[in-house]
Amino acid sequence: MLLSILPQVLVDGLTLGFMYAVVALGYTMVYGILEFINFAHGEIFMVGAFVGTEVLLISDSLGVLQGMNPFVALFLTLIIAMIFTGALGVLIERVAYRPLRSAPRLVPLISAIGVSFLLQDLVRFTEALARNEFYLNSPTLFSGAIPLGGNVSISIKGIIVIVLAIILMFALNMFVNKTKWGIAMRAVAQDQSTASLMSINVDKVIMLTFLIGSSLGGATGVLFAQNYGTIDPYIGFILGMKAFTAAVLGGIGNIRGAMIGGVLLGLLEALAGAYMGPLTDGAFGAEYKDVFAFAILILVLLFKPEGLFGEAVKEKV
Amino acid sequence: MALLELQNVHTYYGGIHALKGISLTVEKGEVVTLIGSNGAGKSTTLKTICGQTRAREGKVFLNGQEITAMKPHEIARLGIAHVPEGRRIFPKLTVRENLELGAFSVQDKRTIQEGVERAFAYFPRLKERFNQKGGTMSGGEQQMLAIARGLMMKPKILMLDEPSMGLAPILVEQIFDIVNELNKEGMTILLVEQNANQALSVASRGYVIQTGEIILKDDARSLLANPQVREAYLA
Repeated sequence: MLLSILPQVLVDGLTLGFMYAVVALGYTMVYGILEFINFAHGEIFMVGAFVGTEVLLISDSLGVLQGMNPFVALFLTLIIAMIFTGALGVLIERVAYRPLRSAPRLVPLISAIGVSFLLQDLVRFTEALARNEFYLNSPTLFSGAIPLGGNVSISIKGIIVIVLAIILMFALNMFVNKTKWGIAMRAVAQDQSTASLMSINVDKVIMLTFLIGSSLGGATGVLFAQNYGTIDPYIGFILGMKAFTAAVLGGIGNIRGAMIGGVLLGLLEALAGAYMGPLTDGAFGAEYKDVFAFAILILVLLFKPEGLFGEAVKEKV
Repeated sequence: MALLELQNVHTYYGGIHALKGISLTVEKGEVVTLIGSNGAGKSTTLKTICGQTRAREGKVFLNGQEITAMKPHEIARLGIAHVPEGRRIFPKLTVRENLELGAFSVQDKRTIQEGVERAFAYFPRLKERFNQKGGTMSGGEQQMLAIARGLMMKPKILMLDEPSMGLAPILVEQIFDIVNELNKEGMTILLVEQNANQALSVASRGYVIQTGEIILKDDARSLLANPQVREAYLA
Protein backbone atom coordinates (compact mmCIF):
# COMPACT_ATOMS: atom_id res chain seq x y z
CA MET A 1 0.00 0.00 0.00
CA LEU A 2 2.67 2.47 1.03
CA LEU A 3 4.96 1.42 -1.78
CA SER A 4 2.28 1.36 -4.44
CA ILE A 5 1.81 5.13 -4.23
CA LEU A 6 5.54 5.77 -4.36
CA PRO A 7 5.78 6.41 -8.14
CA GLN A 8 3.04 9.04 -7.98
CA VAL A 9 4.58 10.58 -4.84
CA LEU A 10 7.93 10.81 -6.59
CA VAL A 11 6.40 12.41 -9.67
CA ASP A 12 4.49 14.89 -7.49
CA GLY A 13 7.66 15.65 -5.59
CA LEU A 14 9.69 16.09 -8.74
CA THR A 15 6.99 18.28 -10.31
CA LEU A 16 6.96 20.53 -7.30
CA GLY A 17 10.73 20.33 -6.95
CA PHE A 18 11.46 21.32 -10.53
CA MET A 19 9.15 24.28 -10.16
CA TYR A 20 10.99 25.33 -7.01
CA ALA A 21 14.23 24.84 -8.86
CA VAL A 22 13.39 27.06 -11.82
CA VAL A 23 12.05 29.82 -9.56
CA ALA A 24 15.07 29.42 -7.28
CA LEU A 25 17.29 30.20 -10.27
CA GLY A 26 15.84 33.71 -10.37
CA TYR A 27 16.73 34.33 -6.73
CA THR A 28 20.16 32.83 -7.01
CA MET A 29 21.18 34.59 -10.24
CA VAL A 30 20.25 38.01 -8.91
CA TYR A 31 21.92 37.26 -5.59
CA GLY A 32 25.05 36.07 -7.36
CA ILE A 33 25.42 39.42 -9.05
CA LEU A 34 23.97 41.99 -6.68
CA GLU A 35 24.07 40.17 -3.33
CA PHE A 36 20.48 41.17 -3.01
CA ILE A 37 17.39 39.01 -2.42
CA ASN A 38 14.75 40.00 -4.94
CA PHE A 39 11.73 39.35 -2.79
CA ALA A 40 9.43 40.33 -5.64
CA HIS A 41 10.52 37.30 -7.63
CA GLY A 42 7.71 35.14 -6.25
CA GLU A 43 5.27 37.72 -7.57
CA ILE A 44 6.89 37.58 -11.00
CA PHE A 45 6.09 33.87 -10.93
CA MET A 46 2.50 34.70 -9.98
CA VAL A 47 2.19 37.26 -12.81
CA GLY A 48 3.46 34.59 -15.20
CA ALA A 49 0.71 32.26 -14.01
CA PHE A 50 -1.91 34.95 -14.61
CA VAL A 51 -0.59 36.01 -18.01
CA GLY A 52 -0.48 32.39 -19.14
CA THR A 53 -3.95 31.65 -17.82
CA GLU A 54 -5.37 34.79 -19.41
CA VAL A 55 -3.80 33.88 -22.75
CA LEU A 56 -5.47 30.48 -22.57
CA LEU A 57 -8.81 31.84 -21.33
CA ILE A 58 -8.95 34.53 -24.01
CA SER A 59 -7.93 32.24 -26.82
CA ASP A 60 -10.45 29.70 -25.53
CA SER A 61 -13.26 32.27 -25.59
CA LEU A 62 -12.21 33.32 -29.10
CA GLY A 63 -12.43 29.72 -30.14
CA VAL A 64 -8.78 29.45 -31.17
CA LEU A 65 -7.86 26.94 -28.55
CA GLN A 66 -10.13 24.18 -29.78
CA GLY A 67 -8.43 22.03 -32.31
CA MET A 68 -5.02 23.49 -31.53
CA ASN A 69 -2.31 21.02 -30.70
CA PRO A 70 -1.93 21.28 -26.90
CA PHE A 71 1.86 21.35 -27.20
CA VAL A 72 1.72 24.28 -29.59
CA ALA A 73 -0.74 26.04 -27.29
CA LEU A 74 1.50 25.50 -24.27
CA PHE A 75 4.57 26.63 -26.19
CA LEU A 76 2.93 29.87 -27.35
CA THR A 77 1.54 30.53 -23.87
CA LEU A 78 4.98 30.02 -22.37
CA ILE A 79 6.60 32.38 -24.86
CA ILE A 80 4.07 35.15 -24.23
CA ALA A 81 4.28 34.77 -20.46
CA MET A 82 8.09 34.72 -20.56
CA ILE A 83 8.31 37.86 -22.66
CA PHE A 84 5.85 39.63 -20.39
CA THR A 85 7.51 38.66 -17.12
CA GLY A 86 11.00 39.14 -18.52
CA ALA A 87 10.12 42.71 -19.47
CA LEU A 88 8.43 43.21 -16.10
CA GLY A 89 11.57 42.06 -14.29
CA VAL A 90 13.73 44.46 -16.28
CA LEU A 91 11.31 47.31 -15.58
CA ILE A 92 11.29 46.57 -11.84
CA GLU A 93 15.09 46.52 -11.74
CA ARG A 94 15.28 49.83 -13.56
CA VAL A 95 12.65 51.60 -11.47
CA ALA A 96 12.84 50.03 -8.02
CA TYR A 97 16.38 48.64 -7.58
CA ARG A 98 18.88 50.44 -9.76
CA PRO A 99 18.36 53.87 -8.17
CA LEU A 100 19.07 52.22 -4.81
CA ARG A 101 22.19 50.32 -5.80
CA SER A 102 24.52 52.40 -3.68
CA ALA A 103 22.06 52.65 -0.77
CA PRO A 104 22.51 50.50 2.36
CA ARG A 105 21.57 46.87 1.76
CA LEU A 106 18.28 46.92 3.59
CA VAL A 107 16.84 49.65 1.40
CA PRO A 108 16.47 47.72 -1.88
CA LEU A 109 15.15 44.81 0.17
CA ILE A 110 12.32 46.99 1.46
CA SER A 111 11.77 48.23 -2.07
CA ALA A 112 11.44 44.61 -3.24
CA ILE A 113 8.84 43.89 -0.58
CA GLY A 114 6.97 46.99 -1.73
CA VAL A 115 7.05 45.75 -5.32
CA SER A 116 5.65 42.41 -4.11
CA PHE A 117 2.59 44.01 -2.57
CA LEU A 118 2.16 46.26 -5.57
CA LEU A 119 2.14 43.33 -7.98
CA GLN A 120 -0.27 41.31 -5.84
CA ASP A 121 -2.71 44.18 -5.68
CA LEU A 122 -2.30 45.15 -9.31
CA VAL A 123 -3.16 41.63 -10.43
CA ARG A 124 -6.01 41.38 -7.99
CA PHE A 125 -7.38 44.74 -9.08
CA THR A 126 -7.07 44.00 -12.79
CA GLU A 127 -8.69 40.60 -12.53
CA ALA A 128 -11.47 41.84 -10.28
CA LEU A 129 -12.16 44.59 -12.77
CA ALA A 130 -12.07 42.34 -15.82
CA ARG A 131 -13.64 39.17 -14.46
CA ASN A 132 -15.26 40.13 -11.17
CA GLU A 133 -13.08 37.65 -9.33
CA PHE A 134 -9.42 37.15 -8.74
CA TYR A 135 -9.34 33.38 -8.51
CA LEU A 136 -8.86 31.94 -11.95
CA ASN A 137 -9.32 28.40 -13.19
CA SER A 138 -6.89 27.64 -15.94
CA PRO A 139 -8.07 25.71 -19.00
CA THR A 140 -6.40 22.33 -18.91
CA LEU A 141 -4.28 21.46 -21.93
CA PHE A 142 -3.27 18.01 -20.85
CA SER A 143 -5.20 15.41 -18.93
CA GLY A 144 -4.89 11.75 -18.31
CA ALA A 145 -2.29 9.58 -16.79
CA ILE A 146 0.15 6.93 -17.84
CA PRO A 147 -0.66 3.60 -16.17
CA LEU A 148 2.29 1.84 -14.61
CA GLY A 149 0.62 -1.49 -13.99
CA GLY A 150 -1.67 -2.41 -11.14
CA ASN A 151 -3.55 0.68 -10.01
CA VAL A 152 -0.46 2.85 -10.18
CA SER A 153 -0.23 5.70 -12.67
CA ILE A 154 1.52 9.00 -13.13
CA SER A 155 -0.08 12.14 -14.51
CA ILE A 156 0.92 13.52 -17.89
CA LYS A 157 0.80 17.15 -16.62
CA GLY A 158 3.44 16.33 -14.07
CA ILE A 159 5.72 14.79 -16.65
CA ILE A 160 5.33 17.80 -18.92
CA VAL A 161 6.27 20.16 -16.08
CA ILE A 162 9.35 18.09 -15.32
CA VAL A 163 10.49 17.83 -18.94
CA LEU A 164 10.01 21.55 -19.60
CA ALA A 165 11.77 22.53 -16.40
CA ILE A 166 14.71 20.35 -17.38
CA ILE A 167 14.82 21.97 -20.83
CA LEU A 168 14.78 25.46 -19.30
CA MET A 169 17.54 24.62 -16.85
CA PHE A 170 19.62 22.99 -19.54
CA ALA A 171 19.25 26.05 -21.75
CA LEU A 172 20.26 28.34 -18.90
CA ASN A 173 23.26 26.19 -18.12
CA MET A 174 24.39 26.34 -21.75
CA PHE A 175 23.90 30.08 -21.83
CA VAL A 176 25.84 30.76 -18.65
CA ASN A 177 28.72 28.43 -19.46
CA LYS A 178 29.11 28.65 -23.21
CA THR A 179 28.07 32.07 -24.48
CA LYS A 180 29.93 35.35 -24.38
CA TRP A 181 27.23 37.10 -22.36
CA GLY A 182 26.94 34.13 -20.04
CA ILE A 183 30.65 34.28 -19.27
CA ALA A 184 30.30 38.05 -18.83
CA MET A 185 27.53 37.38 -16.34
CA ARG A 186 29.76 35.12 -14.27
CA ALA A 187 32.54 37.68 -14.48
CA VAL A 188 30.24 40.44 -13.20
CA ALA A 189 29.17 38.14 -10.34
CA GLN A 190 32.82 37.73 -9.33
CA ASP A 191 34.16 41.24 -9.75
CA GLN A 192 32.03 44.05 -11.16
CA SER A 193 34.66 46.73 -11.39
CA THR A 194 37.17 44.51 -13.16
CA ALA A 195 34.44 43.26 -15.50
CA SER A 196 33.83 46.84 -16.56
CA LEU A 197 37.53 47.10 -17.49
CA MET A 198 36.86 44.33 -20.03
CA SER A 199 34.40 46.64 -21.89
CA ILE A 200 31.51 44.81 -20.23
CA ASN A 201 28.53 47.06 -19.61
CA VAL A 202 27.67 45.98 -16.07
CA ASP A 203 24.21 47.57 -16.13
CA LYS A 204 23.38 45.63 -19.26
CA VAL A 205 24.49 42.37 -17.65
CA ILE A 206 22.32 43.12 -14.62
CA MET A 207 19.37 43.82 -16.92
CA LEU A 208 20.00 40.55 -18.71
CA THR A 209 20.08 38.73 -15.38
CA PHE A 210 16.69 40.11 -14.43
CA LEU A 211 15.34 39.37 -17.92
CA ILE A 212 16.38 35.73 -17.78
CA GLY A 213 15.53 35.12 -14.12
CA SER A 214 12.11 36.73 -14.46
CA SER A 215 11.19 34.95 -17.66
CA LEU A 216 12.11 31.64 -16.04
CA GLY A 217 9.91 32.59 -13.08
CA GLY A 218 7.07 33.50 -15.45
CA ALA A 219 7.39 30.22 -17.32
CA THR A 220 7.13 28.35 -14.03
CA GLY A 221 3.95 30.28 -13.30
CA VAL A 222 2.41 28.91 -16.50
CA LEU A 223 3.46 25.39 -15.57
CA PHE A 224 2.07 25.84 -12.07
CA ALA A 225 -1.32 26.95 -13.41
CA GLN A 226 -1.39 23.96 -15.74
CA ASN A 227 -0.49 21.56 -12.99
CA TYR A 228 -2.72 22.81 -10.18
CA GLY A 229 -5.58 24.42 -12.12
CA THR A 230 -6.51 27.26 -9.76
CA ILE A 231 -4.45 30.40 -9.18
CA ASP A 232 -4.83 33.55 -7.11
CA PRO A 233 -2.68 36.66 -6.66
CA TYR A 234 -1.08 35.26 -3.51
CA ILE A 235 0.41 32.04 -4.84
CA GLY A 236 3.76 33.78 -5.30
CA PHE A 237 4.40 34.24 -1.62
CA ILE A 238 4.59 30.63 -0.42
CA LEU A 239 6.13 29.32 -3.61
CA GLY A 240 8.64 32.17 -3.59
CA MET A 241 9.55 31.39 0.02
CA LYS A 242 10.06 27.74 -0.81
CA ALA A 243 12.10 28.55 -3.91
CA PHE A 244 14.20 30.96 -1.90
CA THR A 245 14.68 28.20 0.66
CA ALA A 246 15.75 25.88 -2.14
CA ALA A 247 18.28 28.46 -3.31
CA VAL A 248 19.70 28.77 0.21
CA LEU A 249 19.71 25.00 0.61
CA GLY A 250 21.75 24.61 -2.55
CA GLY A 251 24.01 27.54 -1.72
CA ILE A 252 22.73 30.96 -2.71
CA GLY A 253 24.45 32.41 -5.75
CA ASN A 254 25.17 28.95 -7.12
CA ILE A 255 23.09 28.02 -10.18
CA ARG A 256 23.52 24.26 -9.96
CA GLY A 257 22.92 24.45 -6.23
CA ALA A 258 19.55 26.10 -6.84
CA MET A 259 18.54 23.38 -9.27
CA ILE A 260 19.47 20.56 -6.93
CA GLY A 261 18.16 22.36 -3.85
CA GLY A 262 14.79 22.84 -5.53
CA VAL A 263 14.38 19.24 -6.57
CA LEU A 264 15.51 18.03 -3.18
CA LEU A 265 13.07 20.27 -1.34
CA GLY A 266 10.17 19.20 -3.57
CA LEU A 267 10.93 15.52 -3.10
CA LEU A 268 11.30 15.84 0.66
CA GLU A 269 8.05 17.71 0.88
CA ALA A 270 6.13 15.16 -1.18
CA LEU A 271 7.59 12.21 0.67
CA ALA A 272 6.86 13.82 4.01
CA GLY A 273 3.33 14.64 2.90
CA ALA A 274 2.62 11.09 1.82
CA TYR A 275 4.38 9.04 4.45
CA MET A 276 4.62 11.03 7.65
CA GLY A 277 1.02 10.27 8.61
CA PRO A 278 1.12 6.50 8.06
CA LEU A 279 4.61 6.15 9.54
CA THR A 280 3.78 7.99 12.75
CA ASP A 281 0.34 6.42 13.11
CA GLY A 282 -1.26 9.73 12.40
CA ALA A 283 0.62 11.70 15.05
CA PHE A 284 2.15 13.91 12.35
CA GLY A 285 -0.02 14.22 9.26
CA ALA A 286 0.65 15.67 5.83
CA GLU A 287 0.10 19.14 7.26
CA TYR A 288 3.54 18.87 8.85
CA LYS A 289 5.32 18.49 5.52
CA ASP A 290 6.51 22.10 5.51
CA VAL A 291 7.84 21.74 9.04
CA PHE A 292 9.74 18.69 7.90
CA ALA A 293 11.18 20.48 4.85
CA PHE A 294 12.29 23.48 6.86
CA ALA A 295 13.70 21.28 9.62
CA ILE A 296 15.93 19.71 6.98
CA LEU A 297 16.95 23.16 5.82
CA ILE A 298 17.87 24.18 9.36
CA LEU A 299 19.87 21.00 9.84
CA VAL A 300 21.78 21.52 6.60
CA LEU A 301 22.52 25.14 7.44
CA LEU A 302 23.66 24.25 10.95
CA PHE A 303 26.34 21.96 9.58
CA LYS A 304 26.99 23.69 6.27
CA PRO A 305 25.97 27.36 6.50
CA GLU A 306 27.03 28.04 2.90
CA GLY A 307 24.46 25.51 1.63
CA LEU A 308 25.03 22.17 -0.01
CA PHE A 309 26.94 23.46 -3.02
CA GLY A 310 27.89 26.98 -1.97
CA GLU A 311 31.40 28.12 -1.26
CA ALA A 312 32.30 29.51 2.11
CA VAL A 313 32.04 33.26 1.76
CA LYS A 314 35.31 35.10 1.81
CA GLU A 315 35.27 38.80 2.45
CA LYS A 316 35.85 40.61 -0.80
CA VAL A 317 38.92 42.83 -0.71
CA MET B 1 48.90 65.31 -30.14
CA ALA B 2 49.58 63.00 -27.24
CA LEU B 3 47.90 59.60 -27.19
CA LEU B 4 46.89 60.11 -23.57
CA GLU B 5 46.72 63.41 -21.79
CA LEU B 6 45.65 64.44 -18.31
CA GLN B 7 45.05 68.12 -17.72
CA ASN B 8 45.03 69.35 -14.15
CA VAL B 9 43.07 66.38 -12.82
CA HIS B 10 41.62 66.51 -9.30
CA THR B 11 40.11 63.37 -7.80
CA TYR B 12 38.54 62.86 -4.41
CA TYR B 13 38.13 59.63 -2.46
CA GLY B 14 35.27 60.30 -0.12
CA GLY B 15 36.53 63.41 1.61
CA ILE B 16 40.18 62.89 0.71
CA HIS B 17 41.71 65.03 -1.99
CA ALA B 18 43.67 62.21 -3.64
CA LEU B 19 44.85 63.87 -6.85
CA LYS B 20 45.68 67.56 -6.69
CA GLY B 21 46.00 68.70 -10.25
CA ILE B 22 47.78 65.91 -12.10
CA SER B 23 48.92 66.74 -15.63
CA LEU B 24 50.74 64.20 -17.72
CA THR B 25 51.07 63.01 -21.29
CA VAL B 26 51.90 59.71 -22.92
CA GLU B 27 52.99 59.76 -26.56
CA LYS B 28 52.32 56.90 -28.93
CA GLY B 29 54.96 54.19 -28.63
CA GLU B 30 56.34 55.38 -25.30
CA VAL B 31 56.77 53.62 -22.00
CA VAL B 32 56.02 56.19 -19.35
CA THR B 33 56.28 55.36 -15.68
CA LEU B 34 54.63 56.90 -12.70
CA ILE B 35 56.64 56.29 -9.55
CA GLY B 36 55.99 57.24 -5.99
CA SER B 37 55.53 55.78 -2.56
CA ASN B 38 52.52 53.98 -1.19
CA GLY B 39 49.41 56.15 -1.16
CA ALA B 40 50.93 58.88 -3.33
CA GLY B 41 48.08 58.60 -5.85
CA LYS B 42 49.57 56.30 -8.51
CA SER B 43 46.69 53.84 -8.61
CA THR B 44 44.16 56.63 -8.29
CA THR B 45 45.64 58.24 -11.38
CA LEU B 46 45.13 55.05 -13.38
CA LYS B 47 41.65 54.55 -11.97
CA THR B 48 40.73 58.08 -12.93
CA ILE B 49 41.95 57.49 -16.48
CA CYS B 50 39.89 54.33 -16.90
CA GLY B 51 36.80 55.83 -15.28
CA GLN B 52 36.68 53.76 -12.09
CA THR B 53 36.95 56.93 -10.06
CA ARG B 54 35.79 60.21 -11.48
CA ALA B 55 37.80 63.38 -11.83
CA ARG B 56 36.02 66.22 -10.10
CA GLU B 57 38.06 68.76 -11.98
CA GLY B 58 40.31 68.64 -15.00
CA LYS B 59 40.15 66.63 -18.18
CA VAL B 60 41.38 63.35 -19.61
CA PHE B 61 41.91 62.91 -23.36
CA LEU B 62 42.57 59.85 -25.47
CA ASN B 63 43.74 60.74 -28.98
CA GLY B 64 42.26 64.19 -28.48
CA GLN B 65 38.84 62.82 -27.53
CA GLU B 66 37.68 63.79 -24.06
CA ILE B 67 36.92 60.71 -21.95
CA THR B 68 36.67 62.32 -18.51
CA ALA B 69 32.99 61.61 -17.92
CA MET B 70 32.74 58.28 -19.70
CA LYS B 71 31.90 54.99 -18.01
CA PRO B 72 34.68 52.41 -17.53
CA HIS B 73 33.35 50.01 -20.17
CA GLU B 74 33.10 52.82 -22.72
CA ILE B 75 36.67 53.91 -22.00
CA ALA B 76 37.90 50.33 -22.28
CA ARG B 77 36.13 49.98 -25.61
CA LEU B 78 38.06 53.00 -26.90
CA GLY B 79 41.28 51.08 -26.37
CA ILE B 80 42.58 51.64 -22.84
CA ALA B 81 43.51 48.33 -21.23
CA HIS B 82 43.96 48.60 -17.48
CA VAL B 83 45.73 45.74 -15.73
CA PRO B 84 44.71 46.56 -12.18
CA GLU B 85 46.68 46.33 -8.98
CA GLY B 86 46.51 42.86 -7.47
CA ARG B 87 45.89 41.33 -10.94
CA ARG B 88 42.13 40.90 -10.40
CA ILE B 89 41.76 37.97 -12.72
CA PHE B 90 38.41 36.17 -12.49
CA PRO B 91 39.34 33.30 -10.17
CA LYS B 92 36.38 31.06 -10.95
CA LEU B 93 36.72 31.41 -14.71
CA THR B 94 39.19 29.37 -16.72
CA VAL B 95 42.24 30.91 -18.34
CA ARG B 96 40.45 30.60 -21.66
CA GLU B 97 37.39 32.45 -20.36
CA ASN B 98 39.52 35.14 -18.77
CA LEU B 99 41.27 35.74 -22.08
CA GLU B 100 38.02 35.72 -24.04
CA LEU B 101 36.59 38.35 -21.71
CA GLY B 102 39.62 40.52 -22.38
CA ALA B 103 38.43 40.53 -25.99
CA PHE B 104 34.79 41.20 -25.05
CA SER B 105 34.62 44.23 -27.36
CA VAL B 106 36.18 42.32 -30.26
CA GLN B 107 33.57 40.88 -32.61
CA ASP B 108 35.75 38.95 -35.04
CA LYS B 109 36.40 35.37 -33.92
CA ARG B 110 39.66 35.18 -35.88
CA THR B 111 41.08 38.24 -34.14
CA ILE B 112 40.26 36.64 -30.80
CA GLN B 113 41.97 33.41 -31.82
CA GLU B 114 45.04 35.34 -32.96
CA GLY B 115 45.04 37.17 -29.63
CA VAL B 116 45.07 33.85 -27.78
CA GLU B 117 47.97 32.62 -29.93
CA ARG B 118 49.87 35.82 -29.20
CA ALA B 119 49.21 35.43 -25.49
CA PHE B 120 50.64 31.88 -25.69
CA ALA B 121 53.73 33.20 -27.49
CA TYR B 122 54.39 35.72 -24.72
CA PHE B 123 53.36 33.48 -21.87
CA PRO B 124 53.76 29.78 -22.73
CA ARG B 125 52.60 28.87 -19.23
CA LEU B 126 49.10 30.03 -20.09
CA LYS B 127 48.87 27.40 -22.79
CA GLU B 128 49.48 24.67 -20.23
CA ARG B 129 46.89 26.19 -17.92
CA PHE B 130 44.36 27.01 -20.62
CA ASN B 131 41.42 25.10 -19.17
CA GLN B 132 42.34 25.58 -15.55
CA LYS B 133 40.53 28.02 -13.27
CA GLY B 134 42.38 31.30 -12.86
CA GLY B 135 42.24 31.17 -9.08
CA THR B 136 44.22 27.93 -8.94
CA MET B 137 47.33 29.49 -10.49
CA SER B 138 50.36 31.00 -8.79
CA GLY B 139 50.72 34.75 -8.35
CA GLY B 140 53.17 35.02 -11.22
CA GLU B 141 50.93 33.07 -13.56
CA GLN B 142 47.99 35.23 -12.54
CA GLN B 143 49.98 38.36 -13.34
CA MET B 144 50.81 36.94 -16.75
CA LEU B 145 47.15 36.15 -17.32
CA ALA B 146 46.16 39.67 -16.26
CA ILE B 147 48.58 41.22 -18.76
CA ALA B 148 47.60 38.78 -21.50
CA ARG B 149 43.94 39.53 -20.82
CA GLY B 150 44.62 43.25 -21.17
CA LEU B 151 46.33 42.68 -24.51
CA MET B 152 43.39 40.71 -25.92
CA MET B 153 41.49 43.86 -26.89
CA LYS B 154 44.47 45.10 -28.95
CA PRO B 155 44.60 48.26 -26.88
CA LYS B 156 45.97 51.63 -27.91
CA ILE B 157 47.55 51.92 -24.49
CA LEU B 158 48.29 49.37 -21.79
CA MET B 159 48.22 50.58 -18.19
CA LEU B 160 50.00 48.35 -15.71
CA ASP B 161 49.43 48.91 -12.00
CA GLU B 162 52.25 47.43 -9.89
CA PRO B 163 52.83 44.37 -12.06
CA SER B 164 55.81 43.30 -9.95
CA MET B 165 54.00 43.38 -6.63
CA GLY B 166 54.42 40.22 -4.58
CA LEU B 167 56.41 38.40 -7.22
CA ALA B 168 59.74 36.57 -6.83
CA PRO B 169 62.71 38.50 -8.29
CA ILE B 170 63.05 36.15 -11.24
CA LEU B 171 59.43 36.70 -12.18
CA VAL B 172 59.79 40.45 -11.78
CA GLU B 173 62.63 40.27 -14.27
CA GLN B 174 60.43 38.31 -16.64
CA ILE B 175 57.54 40.76 -16.39
CA PHE B 176 59.81 43.72 -17.16
CA ASP B 177 61.32 41.83 -20.09
CA ILE B 178 57.84 41.44 -21.48
CA VAL B 179 57.09 45.12 -20.98
CA ASN B 180 60.23 45.83 -23.00
CA GLU B 181 59.29 43.37 -25.70
CA LEU B 182 55.75 44.72 -25.99
CA ASN B 183 57.09 48.23 -26.34
CA LYS B 184 59.48 47.16 -29.08
CA GLU B 185 56.47 45.90 -30.99
CA GLY B 186 54.95 49.35 -30.72
CA MET B 187 52.74 49.08 -27.62
CA THR B 188 52.30 52.28 -25.64
CA ILE B 189 52.56 51.61 -21.92
CA LEU B 190 51.82 53.58 -18.79
CA LEU B 191 53.53 51.79 -15.94
CA VAL B 192 52.88 52.41 -12.27
CA GLU B 193 55.48 50.99 -9.93
CA GLN B 194 56.89 51.13 -6.45
CA ASN B 195 59.91 49.34 -7.83
CA ALA B 196 61.26 52.58 -9.26
CA ASN B 197 64.62 51.18 -10.31
CA GLN B 198 63.12 48.54 -12.58
CA ALA B 199 60.42 50.86 -13.86
CA LEU B 200 62.85 53.60 -14.83
CA SER B 201 65.11 51.12 -16.56
CA VAL B 202 62.38 50.13 -19.03
CA ALA B 203 60.72 53.53 -19.37
CA SER B 204 61.63 56.38 -21.65
CA ARG B 205 60.15 59.05 -19.36
CA GLY B 206 58.98 59.17 -15.82
CA TYR B 207 56.84 61.19 -13.46
CA VAL B 208 57.33 61.25 -9.71
CA ILE B 209 54.13 61.63 -7.74
CA GLN B 210 53.92 62.61 -4.08
CA THR B 211 50.72 63.11 -2.06
CA GLY B 212 48.67 63.61 -5.18
CA GLU B 213 51.00 65.97 -7.00
CA ILE B 214 53.60 65.51 -9.72
CA ILE B 215 56.81 66.78 -8.16
CA LEU B 216 59.23 65.79 -10.90
CA LYS B 217 59.14 64.79 -14.55
CA ASP B 218 62.07 63.93 -16.73
CA ASP B 219 63.74 61.37 -18.95
CA ALA B 220 63.96 58.03 -17.25
CA ARG B 221 67.75 58.15 -17.37
CA SER B 222 67.93 61.56 -15.75
CA LEU B 223 65.51 60.49 -13.04
CA LEU B 224 67.65 57.44 -12.33
CA ALA B 225 70.60 59.76 -11.86
CA ASN B 226 68.70 62.38 -9.89
CA PRO B 227 70.00 62.40 -6.29
CA GLN B 228 66.62 63.39 -4.90
CA VAL B 229 64.96 60.42 -6.62
CA ARG B 230 67.80 58.11 -5.67
CA GLU B 231 67.44 58.98 -2.05
CA ALA B 232 63.66 58.77 -1.86
CA TYR B 233 62.82 55.89 -4.17
CA LEU B 234 65.91 53.98 -5.14
CA ALA B 235 67.57 53.55 -1.77
